Amino acid sequence: MSEMTEVAVAAVRVPAFDLRHEARAAFVVWQRELIRFAKDRARIVSSLAQPVLFLFVLGVGLASLVDVGNGAVNFTTFLFPGVLAVSVLFTAAFSGISMVWDREFGFLREMAVAPVSTTAILTGKCFGGATVATLQSLILLALAGLVGVPYEPAMMLVLVGLLFLMAFMITALGLMLAARVKQVQSAMPMVQLIITPLMFLSGALFPLSGLPTWLAVLTHVNPMTYAVEPMRSVVFDQLQVDPVTRATFDPGIAWGNWQVPVGVQVLVVIAACVAFLAIAVVRFARTE
Amino acid sequence: MGEVSTEVAEREKALLPVPAVQVRGLVKRYAEVEAVRGIDLDVAPGETFGFLGPNGAGKSTTINILCTLATASSGSARVAGFDVATERSAVRRHIGLVFQEPTLDTYLTGEQNLRFHGELYGVDRSGAAARREEVLRMVGLWERRGDAVQTYSGGMRRRLEIARGLLHSPKVLFLDEPTVGLDPQTRASIWTYIRDLHRSEEITVFVTTHYMDEAEHCDRIAIMNEGRIVALDTPDALKAEVGKDRVQITTDDDHAAIAALGERFGLKAAVHEGVVSFAVADGAAFVPRLFDGLGVPIRSVTVNRPSLDDVFLAHTGTTIRDAESSGAGMSPMAELARRGR
Repeated sequence: MSEMTEVAVAAVRVPAFDLRHEARAAFVVWQRELIRFAKDRARIVSSLAQPVLFLFVLGVGLASLVDVGNGAVNFTTFLFPGVLAVSVLFTAAFSGISMVWDREFGFLREMAVAPVSTTAILTGKCFGGATVATLQSLILLALAGLVGVPYEPAMMLVLVGLLFLMAFMITALGLMLAARVKQVQSAMPMVQLIITPLMFLSGALFPLSGLPTWLAVLTHVNPMTYAVEPMRSVVFDQLQVDPVTRATFDPGIAWGNWQVPVGVQVLVVIAACVAFLAIAVVRFARTE
Repeated sequence: MGEVSTEVAEREKALLPVPAVQVRGLVKRYAEVEAVRGIDLDVAPGETFGFLGPNGAGKSTTINILCTLATASSGSARVAGFDVATERSAVRRHIGLVFQEPTLDTYLTGEQNLRFHGELYGVDRSGAAARREEVLRMVGLWERRGDAVQTYSGGMRRRLEIARGLLHSPKVLFLDEPTVGLDPQTRASIWTYIRDLHRSEEITVFVTTHYMDEAEHCDRIAIMNEGRIVALDTPDALKAEVGKDRVQITTDDDHAAIAALGERFGLKAAVHEGVVSFAVADGAAFVPRLFDGLGVPIRSVTVNRPSLDDVFLAHTGTTIRDAESSGAGMSPMAELARRGR
């Protein structure tokens, strides 16, 4: 009997796959992202500058042109959830693509040779990027009152959750790209090439109503659209607007004649998170 | 399940007597190039083993296979008793790695780098802090543990990498060119740490270098050239095998001296930049005979025991520096493989 126990203990000592160990590895990768974020004040400030410009310069500038519902909705109010999404988009994309720097400075090797799976490391990285981007968007969220969005706690919580989910998806996308980009100098052009179109085609900066077909198709295949639309819905739920105005500013997403419910939109985002992460894992496992 | 468990248990029991590194018929081919052409190797537990050769000789490819970072085309290798092809995770847990290229996060502090490593390797949390202190003190970085690695010098960074490689108490520590790019003084101090390792750790050290003088610190060395191991023994035995000492003299008349060496002692000598040099079995004992019998005034004499440079020359027909300058261009595929891209 005691011999049996001994054998079992010895067998456990070198496990092929140990979930607790994998979780510890993912956790410490997540922690590193937070430590690095906290140390990089310049990054926090600079990545807030762009969304603030969008909101208060582009938003205010265009507001004089866009006057719908007899001033019931200000254009900056419309823009607010979109700008939150844009801020998360760039921060999270950068978190993912930062793997290119990790490779350049060798730290990727430290992670790649460790006795843990690529999945654990990349999952930690995604949670890290999502946490950092979400923390940063809290600063913008605090400005809600300035653009006529009420500080409704339930709405705020849902927004934070949606932002986190979207940030996870975009970090995974960034990782997917980072697996292919080997040089630091090609990383930023890659962001310009892939991430900027995601922003413009997502409905973050203009309503998706009444678009020409080609543009409508592009917005529908953009996963970010399915992250922005639920946020806008949540915000509009809190506003006193007539149905016509709402339909103009917050038309939702339709697949053919089917109006896609918000829950399904969120599911699309979750599916994209899993898909991007899986592709990133396969790509990194193959090349490192 | 019972069968597998017994197997693992038996191997755990048998872990100590098995070689730290065991390589049999290892071959690595890249499309056109055969980087490793069938090598055999046994490294005993506790040994400091030097792996020498110019760039492109196949040593980095070999080390990558041993560390599970590359797969062999044929042949087998076991590290710390585990198969590098089928038990990768177990191999990784039992080895420490210090690469040529830095792999630290320079934004983190020294201690944060170690903490990250400990979590990644699943180091037991209860003893982790004490272990961090132990390895940091060992390499003399305990006082600087709270500083960002950015502020460390090149030598300090390399020491931190060594400390990190030891953190999870590996059975085999692989050091790939641990002193490359460092000044001579720092190189010497790194070797002091490597030699002192055996005092505090039960560990096998597998080190590659192309500095022949550093290879003297190893218990045994292997010289690899063009994918093969061409020599494998202790430094002294290898030098004894080469045999002769090198004697260098300056004289008033070099040509007469060369002629006299040939006629009276049967030695073949050559002059280079005003120094006449030749090889003779026991150089120190030969010097008195030289003064008696040469018949040409001698101004100075130096006698050198054979160095590992001579050993390398004897086995490869070229000096390691010459081999490097031509070897670097010879095998771009091996270079690619080394970088793991």
